Amino acid sequence: MNQKSVEGPSLAGGLSLTGLFVLIIRRDLVLAMRRRADVLTTLIFFVIVVTLFPLGVGPELNMLRTMAPGTLWVAALLASMLSLGRLFSADYLDGTLEQMLLVPQSLSALVLGKMIAHWMASGLPLVLMAPVLGLQFDMPAEALWMLILTLLLGTPILSMIGAIGAALTLGLRGGGVLVSLLVLPLCIPVLVFGAGAVEAITSGMSAAAHLSLLGALLLLALVFTPWVTAMALRISME
Amino acid sequence: MLEICNLACTRGDHLLFSDLNFTLNAGEILQAQGVNGSGKTTLLRTLCGLVKPTAGQINWSGKNIQDLGAEYYAEMIYLGHLNALKDELSAVENMRISAGLAGCEADGEQIFAALHRMGLRGRENLPVKALSQGQSRRVALARLLIGHFPLWILDEPLTALDVGAVQLIQDLIAAHLARNGMVIYTTHQPLEVAGVTTRRLTLS
Repeated sequence: MNQKSVEGPSLAGGLSLTGLFVLIIRRDLVLAMRRRADVLTTLIFFVIVVTLFPLGVGPELNMLRTMAPGTLWVAALLASMLSLGRLFSADYLDGTLEQMLLVPQSLSALVLGKMIAHWMASGLPLVLMAPVLGLQFDMPAEALWMLILTLLLGTPILSMIGAIGAALTLGLRGGGVLVSLLVLPLCIPVLVFGAGAVEAITSGMSAAAHLSLLGALLLLALVFTPWVTAMALRISME
Repeated sequence: MLEICNLACTRGDHLLFSDLNFTLNAGEILQAQGVNGSGKTTLLRTLCGLVKPTAGQINWSGKNIQDLGAEYYAEMIYLGHLNALKDELSAVENMRISAGLAGCEADGEQIFAALHRMGLRGRENLPVKALSQGQSRRVALARLLIGHFPLWILDEPLTALDVGAVQLIQDLIAAHLARNGMVIYTTHQPLEVAGVTTRRLTLS
C-alpha cells in the first residue's frame, strides 16, 4: 500500500474565482456535447417553428418580409424556453447542486458560468441558424445582419432571466411549463426591442435606440440575474 | 471547533428536533443516529448551511456559520447520500469538478493518486455510468483525499461499499482525526475507528 498517502494526502492548491468560472463553463459545455440530443432538440424546434410560418401563410413575399422579424424572434424565445428546464435539474437530481451551493468562492459567479455555458449550448446555435431561416422570408441582407446582432444581444438575456425561473421551479412537478409561464412575460421587452430593431432597419430607419435598450437590458441582466438566481437556488434547495 | 447551541429544525410543520447542543473539538468524531426520518440528514444539511435552522445557532471557531459563509465552506466538505457525479463524465473529470467545487485545484497526478487509493486503478477514464454503485461511491469518497478540510460531514458514507472499502474509509477517518480533523457522520452500518471513542448523538 502506498504509505505516503496514508500519512496525509498531498494538498491541492486553492482555485481562484476565474478558475471556478472557467471550470463550470467547460464542464457544462462538455456535458452538452455528450448529450447532443438536448442541444439538437432546441435547434430543430426553432427550425421547424420558423419553417411552418411560410408554409402556413403562403408565398406572399411582402407579407413574409413584414412578419419575418417577429416570427424569428418569437420562435427563438420559445426555443430558448425548451432548454431551461435542464439548466439546473440534472445537477439537482444527482446532488451536484448541493455541492455547488457549498462553493467557497462565489455562488453567483458559478451561476453566471452556468448561464453562459447554457447560452453557448442553446442560444448561440439559434443565432447562427437564424440568418439561414431568414432567407425563407426573403429578408434583405442588412436585416439579416441586424437579426444576428439583436439575437446575439437578446438570447443571453433570455438565458439569464430564464435561469431565475428555472431556479425557482426546481424540483416542482410540471416545472417545465411553469418556467415558461413565469419567464415568458418577463421576456416581452427583449422581444419588443429585438424584433423592433430588425423592423426598423427593414423600413429604413435607425435601429440605434432599440440596440441601446437591448444592450442596457443585457448589462442589467448580467449584474442582477446571477445574484437573484443564486438566492432562488438557496431557497429551492432548503 | 464546531459548536451547536439550542438547535431546532422543522421539516414542513413537523418538528424534527429541538434544543440540540453539542461541541465538536479538533480530533473528535460524532455519529448522529436515529430511526429513519428522525432528521439525521436534515441535521447534516443544517450544519452545512443548506437548511436554515428554525432556532439556535451553529458556530465554527466561535463565529456563526451564516456570517462566515465562504470562509466556512473552504474548511468543510460535505458528502451527501447522492454521489454528485455525472454519468457522462469519467471518474477523473468528475474528480476535477468536485475538487473545483470544493475550492481547490487538483492536478491529474493528485486525482489519479486519490482514485488509486480508493481502489479504482484502471477505472479512471471510464464514464461513471459504466461503474457499479460501490465504485461510484468510491469515486465520490475520493473527494476526501483532495485538499485538506478540517471538518468532514458524511451522510451515509458506507452505502454500497464492500468490506474492503469500509476498512479503507475507517483508515481515512482515523488518519483525518490524527491530523486534528473533525468528522460528523450518519450510518446504519457499524463504523469503528480504532483508538478513538465515537461520540453518539441520538435523535428521536
